[in-house]
Amino acid sequence: MAGTLDFSPDDRYNAFITTCAEAPFGDGPLAGTAVAVKDNISTAGIRTTCGSKILDGYVPPYDAHVVDLLRRAGAAIVGKTNMDEFGMGSTTETSAFGPTRNPVDLTRVPGGSSGGSAAAVAAGLVPMALGTDTGGSIRCPAAFCGIAGLKPTYGRVSRYGLIAYANSLEQVGPMARTVEDVSRLMSVIAHYDPRDSTMLDRPYNHRPSAEVKGLRIGIPEEYFGEGVDPRVGESVRDAIGVLEGLGAETVPVSIPGMRHALAAYYVICTSEASSNLARFDGVRYGPAVDTRKSWHEAYQDLRRELLGAEVRRRIMLGTFALSAGYAGQYYAKAQVARRKIREDFGRALREADVIAGPTMPTVAFRLGEKTDPISMYLSDILTAPANLAGIPAISVPCGRVDGLPVGLQIMGRQFEDERVVDVAFAYEQEVRA
Amino acid sequence: MITESDIEHIAELADIGISRDEVPEFTRQFNAIIEYFEVLDTVEGENAPDTRVVNVFRDDEPDPCLSQEEALANAGSTENGFIKAPRVM
Repeated sequence: MAGTLDFSPDDRYNAFITTCAEAPFGDGPLAGTAVAVKDNISTAGIRTTCGSKILDGYVPPYDAHVVDLLRRAGAAIVGKTNMDEFGMGSTTETSAFGPTRNPVDLTRVPGGSSGGSAAAVAAGLVPMALGTDTGGSIRCPAAFCGIAGLKPTYGRVSRYGLIAYANSLEQVGPMARTVEDVSRLMSVIAHYDPRDSTMLDRPYNHRPSAEVKGLRIGIPEEYFGEGVDPRVGESVRDAIGVLEGLGAETVPVSIPGMRHALAAYYVICTSEASSNLARFDGVRYGPAVDTRKSWHEAYQDLRRELLGAEVRRRIMLGTFALSAGYAGQYYAKAQVARRKIREDFGRALREADVIAGPTMPTVAFRLGEKTDPISMYLSDILTAPANLAGIPAISVPCGRVDGLPVGLQIMGRQFEDERVVDVAFAYEQEVRA
Repeated sequence: MITESDIEHIAELADIGISRDEVPEFTRQFNAIIEYFEVLDTVEGENAPDTRVVNVFRDDEPDPCLSQEEALANAGSTENGFIKAPRVM
């Protein structure tokens, strides 16, 4: 049943950077399904900008592995979604293509950095979308827009063709209105690819099961502490109560390394970014560099003009954290902190089968509310630990505060993505029934 | 404490152009962030390589790759099949 899907959405949310008016599709499990793709994932023949002026006009000559898998599953790739520039933000406001608005409340941000994907799904423009998650960039917008989103186990989905920001942390993952659709999309994208050397051959072929009887849910006190809106905490505790009603039991667990998590995360991601983003020099792609100037002058002029303030700030922070005399104080310490957090989760996930808490400490911010970098960074406190530990984590909607969606986050053991999906599915089925 | 001249130096190292009027703001934000990073001073233990990690290499055999035309398609400036770049010297 191969054909072409006409796609002309009413995109009042600015969810898309690029739309494909006539999207071809083929046969397969997603035949004819409209799928939106975050604009840091390479799509052959469709411009890919990372939300940055420095890649304006760039048309990848090849598909990311996940895009290849989507096409082979019959999906219609209908557009590329808006995002914080290079994924650096939690609001989608740092995009060079303007902010995306939250379909639940147009005065609010959709979260980020996969805010365009979340808004497109939440507004019903597409049933499912791909996002990427380096420190919460799938789960944060899923929570803020009231949809489901999974950050897979590190190494479960190929990063080939994902334009790198922080390689050791990021994964491509599925976003949809239901956990079942998240699972369907995950089944399509999680297949081995030798071109990503950090990948394991652990394909995901799973139908969600709502059985949670006897499941041990770990409740980390650190996820309900200072900085978390008590009303958000209350919604999440109620949701955990629903799972208890289905036969799950709760056990207290502790992640003491949480106090170092955010600093470690920002040192590591900015260090990796400072190396990765050196490739954007206007020579091989993007708006052309002035070849009459000298190298450093041309390079600096181009990057000042075409990279936003947050991207330049993070490249500089990473350069600083890795520089002679400081690397031991920052980068090496961050790696130790990361190892301890991984050990904390390993221990907690021996005492419990999954860990539950809020996805975000608050509901969606107002547009323009987060002007200070630190206050924006602090909002990643509950999501970044799963990236540091490399474990799977899903966000599923669990009620509202002030009319705005709250996300329940379920984290699990490495390569037990199926289990976090099942727990989210059990909750979703129960509250929908 | 990071000074304005440190910020200019880091920008130079990173080849990130910053304009003169951005320097005070970047300096203030940088100091706030670095101050937050200080919590890492309380991390105990040494950085040791993870011994369970192995490198995954493929055999050094040619695979299909982009044609010259495809590889040059996005370059802003080309000449005789080469990419033009600013002068280094």
